Amino acid sequence: MKILKLIFKNALRHKLRTTLTIVGISIAVIAYGLLRTVVTIWDSSVDAAGADRLITRQAVSFIFPLPVAYKSKIESIPGVKSVCGAVWFGGTYKDKSNFFARMAIDDNYFELYPEFMISQNEFDKYKKERNGCIVGKSIAEQYKFKIGDIIVLDGDIFPGRWEFTVSGIYKPRNKNTDATQMLFHYEYLNERIKQETAVRGDQVFWYIVKVDDPKNSAQISEQIDAMFKNSTAETKSETEKAFTQSFVAASGAIITAMNFMSYAIIGIIMLVLANTMIMAARERTREYAVFKTLGFSAYHLTSLILGESMLISCIGGGIGIGLLYPIVSGFEHVMPKGFFPFFFIEPVTVILAASSALLIGVLAAIFPIQRALHTKIVDGFRFVG
Amino acid sequence: MSAIIQVKNVSKSYWRNSLEIPVLHDLTLDVTEGEFLVLMGPSGSGKTTLLNLIAGIDRPSKGELNVAGTDIAKLNESGLAKWRSASVGFVFQFYNLIPVLTAFENVELPLLLTKLSKSERKKHVENVLNIVGLGDRIYHYPKQLSGGQEQRVAIARAIVTDPVILVADEPTGDLDKTSAQEILTLMERLNKEFKKTIVMVTHDPHAAEKATRLLHLEKGDLV
Repeated sequence: MKILKLIFKNALRHKLRTTLTIVGISIAVIAYGLLRTVVTIWDSSVDAAGADRLITRQAVSFIFPLPVAYKSKIESIPGVKSVCGAVWFGGTYKDKSNFFARMAIDDNYFELYPEFMISQNEFDKYKKERNGCIVGKSIAEQYKFKIGDIIVLDGDIFPGRWEFTVSGIYKPRNKNTDATQMLFHYEYLNERIKQETAVRGDQVFWYIVKVDDPKNSAQISEQIDAMFKNSTAETKSETEKAFTQSFVAASGAIITAMNFMSYAIIGIIMLVLANTMIMAARERTREYAVFKTLGFSAYHLTSLILGESMLISCIGGGIGIGLLYPIVSGFEHVMPKGFFPFFFIEPVTVILAASSALLIGVLAAIFPIQRALHTKIVDGFRFVG
Repeated sequence: MSAIIQVKNVSKSYWRNSLEIPVLHDLTLDVTEGEFLVLMGPSGSGKTTLLNLIAGIDRPSKGELNVAGTDIAKLNESGLAKWRSASVGFVFQFYNLIPVLTAFENVELPLLLTKLSKSERKKHVENVLNIVGLGDRIYHYPKQLSGGQEQRVAIARAIVTDPVILVADEPTGDLDKTSAQEILTLMERLNKEFKKTIVMVTHDPHAAEKATRLLHLEKGDLV
């Protein structure tokens, strides 16, 4: 019989208490992992932004449009490789809860976003179809869109019934690439808008500007904005990362609260385990006196208590992490697809959860160890729990 | 015979807040190797305190304590722990077995601190459990044993490392008459047959009959 066996036996001494503690730790680890996943996904959307892409929008707000005439002017700036106009379409697909990004884009959009992978055949088909659209793999799977299907949107920013034919389905190159977009020809939108509300024609909401060298981003941004200074539609250009960050910053308070909650959960786990360990150590005061009497050293007692604490925290943490994957997967299915463009557990979340469980195992054992070591043998034998 | 336990001018006081409570006063005592010494006296006379000092689980406030050739008052905590594991066996009134361990595992505990192999440990444990008459109960847990059997397991645990001294603090105090008699017979056998030096604290006059020497303590003094 070795110390390890005794650690196991001690941990199982109060099966109900140990089980409840493990369940408590598991639930806390799951809650921590879920919150951290949301926080990291939020941050990942910023990381996914291309370093060589700028976003040029109206200086007042991106809800105000820019003339399409700006495109060729921006293209003329040295260092600019290509420019793509984009319009946020909005609208509703069947039901308001079916949220995913719908955008009208210029045909060179996929050159600027190589992480959106589409086959040449499908792209050629898209170019030929006036009302063709390309949808991301995630929403294609969720709504069971197939090539050739008709998607009908009920417009709000651009009122009316809009019909699109699915010409292609793009696949995300990376884990954090948004595969929930629906993209269609700007020309299709513009032609109809010009007929229905002429004043709204020939306008885009923003331009995506691809630069030849990310180092020149700041200089090119300044040049673009200077070019349209004192015009009726002054621009604000920034890197795509800064543009995305400004969206995330709007949710800053929620992220901060989530961050705080995730750390509060760690504190709760620690209290749960510490409570169990303190109770266990208190009940075993006489036994620790026996161990000391038999010649067991401080090292042995520390191993016994720390081992038990670590065992419980590791089992709880392990179960929590193990269940985190199916739970996050279930959470992803329950959430509307477009709400989080991608949803997966970052390795750093697992590392943090596992490290937290280990750290908590150590911290929860400190007080019981101190108590066991500092209680004199004779006082231990006199102890009545 | 030489003195295996030498208690010289030993005093012991406890402190409760700032109040000093003297328990033993300048006590001197020699115990010869192979003796079966019984300490008797009323509650609070200092019997258990003296036993704890001899066993190295408490420290004297003053005086010299030489047990099994070691001046134990000068040992640090880890030195004292090593000395205890090698030199002294303990038997308590309430057995103090570890409830989650079987009789075998309880007896094996002190051997985990030695360099013995698993098979050697097994041999030693089975041997002492046979000596105490529990060879057929080795895989029973304490709660599956009677009080007398538990105390015999505790005695087996005390002698498994073959210590030269055995200290027992009222080993029959929690037992019925028959079980108490069995334990006393076992202690006598350990003293006579296995040549263990035994220091036993008891209130039981029958237990005192097994002693080779009987000492009375009263208010911290030998009388």
